[in-house]
Amino acid sequence: MSDALLTVENLSKSYQGVKAVQGVSLAVAPGELLAMIGPNGAGKSSCFNMLNGQIKPDTGRIRICGKDTTGLSPERISRLGVGRTFQVAETFLSMTVRENVQLAIQSARHGTLSLQSFFGNLGRKSAAEADDILDLIGLLGEAGRSCRELPYGDIKRLELAIALAGDPKLLLMDEPAAGMATRERMLLMRLTSRIAKERQLAVLFTEHDMDIVFEHADRIIVLNRGQVIAEGPPVDVRMNADVQAVYLGSGALYKQEH
Amino acid sequence: MDLYVVQFLTGLANAASLFLVASGLSLIFGVTRIVNFAHGAFYMLGAYIAYSLTVRWQTPLGFWAALLVASAAVAVVGVIIETLLLRRIYNAPELLQLLATFGITLIAEDAVRLIWGPEDLVGPRAAGLSGAVSILGNAMPIYDFVLILLGPLVFGLLWLLLHRSRWGLLVRAATQDRDMVNALGVNQKWLFTGVFALGVFLAAFGGGLQIPRDAVTHFMDLSIITEVFVIVVIGGLGSIGGAFLAAIIVSQLNAFGILILPGISLVLMFAVMAVVLVLRPWGLLGKQVVRSRIAALPDVGAWKPFDRTGRLAVSLAVFLAVLLPFLLGDYGISVASEVMIAIIFAISLQFLMSVGGLDSFGHAANLGLGAYGAALCVQYFGMSMELAMLTGPLIAAAFAVVAGWFCVRLSNIYFAMLTLAYAQILWSIVFQWVDLTGGDNGIVGVWPSEWAASPNAYYWLTTACAVGVVLAIRYLTFSPFGYSLRALRDSPMRSATIGISQRHIQHVAFVISAFFAGLAGVLFAFQKGSIFPDALGISTSVDGLIMVLLGGFNTVSGSVVGAVVYKVSSIWLMSNTDFPRLILGSVIVVLVVLFPQGIVGTSQRLLETWRTRRRLGEANVGAPAQKGGVA
Repeated sequence: MSDALLTVENLSKSYQGVKAVQGVSLAVAPGELLAMIGPNGAGKSSCFNMLNGQIKPDTGRIRICGKDTTGLSPERISRLGVGRTFQVAETFLSMTVRENVQLAIQSARHGTLSLQSFFGNLGRKSAAEADDILDLIGLLGEAGRSCRELPYGDIKRLELAIALAGDPKLLLMDEPAAGMATRERMLLMRLTSRIAKERQLAVLFTEHDMDIVFEHADRIIVLNRGQVIAEGPPVDVRMNADVQAVYLGSGALYKQEH
Repeated sequence: MDLYVVQFLTGLANAASLFLVASGLSLIFGVTRIVNFAHGAFYMLGAYIAYSLTVRWQTPLGFWAALLVASAAVAVVGVIIETLLLRRIYNAPELLQLLATFGITLIAEDAVRLIWGPEDLVGPRAAGLSGAVSILGNAMPIYDFVLILLGPLVFGLLWLLLHRSRWGLLVRAATQDRDMVNALGVNQKWLFTGVFALGVFLAAFGGGLQIPRDAVTHFMDLSIITEVFVIVVIGGLGSIGGAFLAAIIVSQLNAFGILILPGISLVLMFAVMAVVLVLRPWGLLGKQVVRSRIAALPDVGAWKPFDRTGRLAVSLAVFLAVLLPFLLGDYGISVASEVMIAIIFAISLQFLMSVGGLDSFGHAANLGLGAYGAALCVQYFGMSMELAMLTGPLIAAAFAVVAGWFCVRLSNIYFAMLTLAYAQILWSIVFQWVDLTGGDNGIVGVWPSEWAASPNAYYWLTTACAVGVVLAIRYLTFSPFGYSLRALRDSPMRSATIGISQRHIQHVAFVISAFFAGLAGVLFAFQKGSIFPDALGISTSVDGLIMVLLGGFNTVSGSVVGAVVYKVSSIWLMSNTDFPRLILGSVIVVLVVLFPQGIVGTSQRLLETWRTRRRLGEANVGAPAQKGGVA
C-alpha cells in the first residue's frame, strides 16, 4: 500500500530471549480503523510502544507519513502528527480539563521551548480552540473542572481530546474502551470512528471487547505469540480457523514453533 | 612501588567498614524504598556505644563482644524508630522520607553530645590485634588485615542469608516487587522491620570497627553518609554485590587520590559517581527500580493564579513588609532581611520541586555559587554590588547549565543524590582551594554599596528582590513553559506523546532555579559582609527543603510562608537553646508525620472543605461540588 499513512515492515523485539514481537508488518491508510487483537501476551502493547517510540525495535522499519521514524523519541514522533492514548489513562491531574487540551495545542503548535512559551498565561491562550475539541468529545460542560475530580470514563474521553488537540494524522489507541461502561464504550468508539472518517485520520487500536472490534474496525490484524496469524476485513477474520483456535481454544494454543 | 602496595592494602581495609554501612543502606532501600539518611547516625551511635564498652572490656574476646552488643543495641533503637516513625511514611513521597530520616540524624547528633560530651573520643586498640607487620619495609597494623578479611566474610554471610534462607528469599522478592510479595500474603510489616534491623546492625557494626583506627566524633555521621550514598549509587541501590564492588572502588580512589593531590579524593569520588550515573543510571550492578504502585499524590484541585481577593491580600502583605523598618529596630530589621533572602532561596527551590517535581538535595550549590561568585568578583575585580548582583546569579546559572545536563537525565531519588553530590563537590573545592577562596577562613569584606549600607536600605533592597523573584516565579509557573514543566511532573508518558521534551524543559528549569538561588546567595554575602564554605553545606540545602515542606510542597508559593516561619523560629532557637538540632530534628519529624501538606497546603484544604460545605449547605442538594484551586 503506497498511500498508507503508517507502514510497518518486519518489526521484531525480544526481551532477554523472549520474542515478544516477531516480523510484524502492517499498514494503515488515512480514514481507516485498523484493530489489532490477540490474547494477552500476543505482543500488542510492545508493538504500540515501538510505534510510539517508547521502546526501540531490534529489527524492522516504521514509516509514518513517508518518514522513517524507527528509533525516534516519543516527542519527535508526536510532532510528526501522532496522537496516542494509553490503556490506563494518562492525563495531567493538577490541571483543569481545558488546560490539559490547551497544553497539547500549545505544544503541537509552538513547541514547548520557544521564546513565547515563557510569556503570557496558558490559561488565556487557545481557550476557544480547546473548547471546540471538548465540545466535539462531549466534555465542554466539565472544561473548568480539575482533572482529578473526573470519573474515569471522562478521563478516557479527555485523553482522546488531548490526542486530537495536536491535529494528528495518525491515532494510536491502546485499549481505548478499557475501564468504561458498556454504553460509554460504544459512544466513544462511534465518535472515534466518525472523527476518523471526517478528518481522514488513520487509527490503529487494540481492544479486548470483540463487539467493539467487529463493529468499528475496517480491518483486523490478529497477533498470537508475537506473530501475525491473520489479517483482513472483519468477516474474513471471524471465519479464520487459526483465529478461532486462538480465541476459542483448540488445544493448539501452545503448539510448537515452526 | 612499595608505597602503592601499602596504599592498596590500606584502601582495602577502609573498604570493610564502608561496605558494612553501604550494604545495610542498600538492603533497607531495596525492600522499603526508603533512602535512610539516618544510616550515618546509626553508624555513629554504634561507634559511641562500642567505645564505652571496649574501654571496659579490654580483652580480645571483649572487643568483639563489645562490637556485637553495641550493634544489637543500636538495632533495637532502629526497630523502635522503624515501628514508631517509618511505618507511617512508607508511602509518602521520597522527599519526606529523606527529610524525616535527616531529622533523626539531627536528634542523634545532639543526643550524642548530651550523653558523651562534645569532645572527640579515642578508643583503645583492639586487644590482641594491636601489633603491626612489615610489608615491603612499611608497617601495616594487623588490625587492617583483619578488616581486609572481614569485608569478604560479611559479604559471604549476607549472600548466604539472602540466597539460602526463606527469609532471604522473601527479602529478594520484596526488592523486586514488594506489592506482589504483599499480595501473596507475606506480612510486610515484620519483613520491613527485620530488614531495617539488619541494616542498622550492619551500620553500627561498621561504626564500631572504626574505633581502633579513628577517633569517635559527632561529625562522623555526615561524613560517612555522603561517602556511603556515593557507594550505593555507584554500586546500584538495592544491590549488595554492587555495594561491595563500589566500596572497594571508592576506598581505592581515596587511598590513591591522596597521593596525587591531597583533597582531590572527594572530587574524584563524586566525579566517578556522576559518570556512572550518566552511563548506567541504576549503578554498576543495580537494576531499574520498580516503582511502588501505591501512588502518593496529594489530593488537591487544579493550580490557578491568585484571584482578586488573593492579589489584594498579597498587596497588603507587601505593603506591610515595606513599612516594617518603622516598627523594628536594627536587629529586627537585619533578621527581616535574612527572612527575605530565605524567601528567595526557598521559592527558587520550590519552583524546581513543586512545579518540576525535581527534589533537589543540593540547592545550596546554587546559593553558594552566587555568593562566592559575587564575593570573588568583589575581591579580585573590585566589582560594585550592583554588578555583582548580576554576575553572581549568572555564575550559578552557568554552572547549572553543566550540572543540569547530568542531573535531568536521572529521576527521583537518583536526581536527589546527584544534586547532593554536586553541592558536596563544590563544597570540597571551596573548602580546599584555599588560595582562591580562603578555605575555612572564607572571604571577608564583601560590603554593599553606600546607598544600601544602612540596615533599612538593605532591607528594602532584599524586599524588592524577594517580591520580584516571587512574582517572576509565579508568572513562569502559569506560563506555557511552567505548564509543560508541571505536565512532566504529572505524567511523563503523556507529556512525551504531546511533544514535550523532558530533558530540555527540566534543564531550563534547573538553570532558572539556580539563577534565582544565586541571587539569594549574593544578597546573603553582602548582608553578612563575608562568605564561608558552610553556605554550600548539606544543612543549607536542608534548610531550603524544610522551608518548602513547611509551606507546603504541593503549593505554588507556600514556601514564602514556610521561609518566614522557619527563619524566624530558627534564629530564635539558635539564641535560646543549647540543643537546637534536637529541637529542629523533632520539629521536622513531627511535621513530616502530622502535617505533610505544610502550613499553606493544610490551610488551603481546610478552606476548601469549609467552602464546599457552605456551598452544599446553601444549595442543599444536587450541584456537584466545585473544588477551589491551589493558590
